[in-house]
Amino acid sequence: MPNRPTPADTLRPSRPPAPDSEPDFVQLIDVVKKFGATTAVDHVSLSVRRKELFALLGSSGCGKSTLLRLMAGLETPDAGRIVVDGQDITQLPPYQRPVNMMFQSYALFPHMTVEANAAYGLKREGAPRQEIKERVGAALDLVQMSQYAKRKPHQLSGGQQQRAALARSLVKRPKLLLLDEPMSALDKKIRQQTQFELGNILYSVGVTCVLVTHDQEEAMTMADRLAVMNEGRIIQVGTPNEVYEAPTSRFAAEFIGSTNLFEASLAGDESRLFNCKDLEVPLQVHNPMNARMNLAVQISLRPERITLTFEPVDQPTNWAVGTIEQYAYMGSYTLYYVRLKSGRVMAVDMSQLAVRALPRPPDYGDTVYLSWGSDHLVVLTR
Amino acid sequence: MTMGPRPLAWLKSRLPSGRTLVIGTPFVFLLVFFMVPFVAVLIISFADPQMSVPPYTPIAEFRDGYLRITLSLEHYRAVLTDSLYIGSYLYSVEVAALTTVLCLLIGYPACYLIARSSPSKRNLLLMAVMLPFWTSYLIRVYAWIGLLKNQGLINHFLHWLHLIDQPLKLYHNNAGLLIGMVYNYLPYLMLPLYAHFVKLDTTLLEAARVLGARPWQAFFTITVPMSKRAVIAASLLVFIPAVGEYVIPEILGGSNSLMIGRVMWDDFFVNTDWPSASAATGAMVLLLLLPMAWFQRLQKREIGSP
Repeated sequence: MPNRPTPADTLRPSRPPAPDSEPDFVQLIDVVKKFGATTAVDHVSLSVRRKELFALLGSSGCGKSTLLRLMAGLETPDAGRIVVDGQDITQLPPYQRPVNMMFQSYALFPHMTVEANAAYGLKREGAPRQEIKERVGAALDLVQMSQYAKRKPHQLSGGQQQRAALARSLVKRPKLLLLDEPMSALDKKIRQQTQFELGNILYSVGVTCVLVTHDQEEAMTMADRLAVMNEGRIIQVGTPNEVYEAPTSRFAAEFIGSTNLFEASLAGDESRLFNCKDLEVPLQVHNPMNARMNLAVQISLRPERITLTFEPVDQPTNWAVGTIEQYAYMGSYTLYYVRLKSGRVMAVDMSQLAVRALPRPPDYGDTVYLSWGSDHLVVLTR
Repeated sequence: MTMGPRPLAWLKSRLPSGRTLVIGTPFVFLLVFFMVPFVAVLIISFADPQMSVPPYTPIAEFRDGYLRITLSLEHYRAVLTDSLYIGSYLYSVEVAALTTVLCLLIGYPACYLIARSSPSKRNLLLMAVMLPFWTSYLIRVYAWIGLLKNQGLINHFLHWLHLIDQPLKLYHNNAGLLIGMVYNYLPYLMLPLYAHFVKLDTTLLEAARVLGARPWQAFFTITVPMSKRAVIAASLLVFIPAVGEYVIPEILGGSNSLMIGRVMWDDFFVNTDWPSASAATGAMVLLLLLPMAWFQRLQKREIGSP
């Protein structure tokens, strides 16, 4: 592929955080969409900042694609409002919205060249011929597709089709660009590279983006902020870091990455200690829980935040002992499944460096001690 | 060591494979039952008519040590110059073209909407399109007489509604001919068009709308150009048999509806002039090969595109 930038070129340029002066550039206000008896989008409210890359993340059927189609105007909501840059677009047909969309299948028009595809939107607008030519040329330059301008879509590779579709959706300079599963039609190998490239192009244009994906890696690579969705509702909104480090619900904790979840109850009023029937010692969290004794919660502990040793741990809380039941070498880390006395199995990820620091690599049947810091425990009340 | 399997293996390698047989069967069938008679017709077209059995002169004779091959081009000359033939050719093409256009005007939007309706409704509607095939072709054409004639159902109904005083002339003229042709050929146009529309990716239309196309603009810039090949294929499926149609003009058309099929019929069975009829056939096949060849070229040029 000619002109493919090297990975160093494609690292995301640092850019100032989206200005807080326009935190409600795109606004969804209590949007509801029902299909027959099923509620695809259930009272969703959401704000996207100007120039932000925002991801809707969820498994199939969670309503994320419906939400995107509502923004595009391909569906009309049963209730609620959609506002872009102060304009209520809820009742506008798709062809009157300042919104464009890149489809999952790219939906390039097969009977038109790349150039004609890109010019399609401007032609409908009745733009002068010279202007169309210039803007199409600029858009194709931007996505490095100028040399393929005269090709038909079926003569392009998947990556080229994606860039042609991107040029087509950017050429009208939409206020909001919607991306439906932008990577799903690409080979896994070129996906990550493309994620950075696509992110770069979108940043350089400065367009506000909402992208839909079921792939958490994609969401975390590309998005400034993301919303985790389940059953038509938004579970949590935050930066990838926030959602991973501080999930607010069991669903978010389990959906992003993997985790060990403990059923626990508060050991005393406004305490830092939780009792868990799976563990011999209490769990001690970082901040006291402002609640009554015996409050039932879930506590999340990421597998890579656990330290595994052969020697007993000298601390009153936050440890466990068990035997290695299974392990899997995953390349950059090794995953151990450790069965505790209570029968509970805990997952532990150890980096290869940490494995090498041990006197010998842990093996099946070894008795091991697991410990973790209080700041790695996340209390989930939902 | 035995020699046994070797001749068997040799035989096996010489016999056509199962794949060849399956593909070849329809071709052998067409060769025997279409090409051979067609060549016979072409041969007859170079002979002269005479009162005998068969009613034409042999084109090859062996007498007195001479092989005489007599090829008469007289019938081709007649076919290509006689105003009766030329007129009926042109008329046939005109009727077939009109039939095709009318079928398209009725069938194209109908197919589009059928393909866009819900799957259960879709099958029901498609069934309705094919329903006429359950009855004999001749009976259906005859039934139209009852509908179209001056005292027929249509005129009765219009009269009852006080829309007309005089019966509309729909039978034994061009109107009746076209109604019958369109009625009969419509399903042949609709089935391939439907097959195209049902496969059409609707996200393309959504993409067009998101890019700023109103629904009618999306229809004319995406749907129509993408259906070009299906339209051509479906039109040929109507046009080609319509040119040679005999029964409908005979039953529903007027005395001036002289299509080429009727001329051939008269040549064969009324005038017993087999060579003239054969020459007319040969000329018609040539005439029909042109649009076919054009379509083939078009397909070849666009090969690979979805």
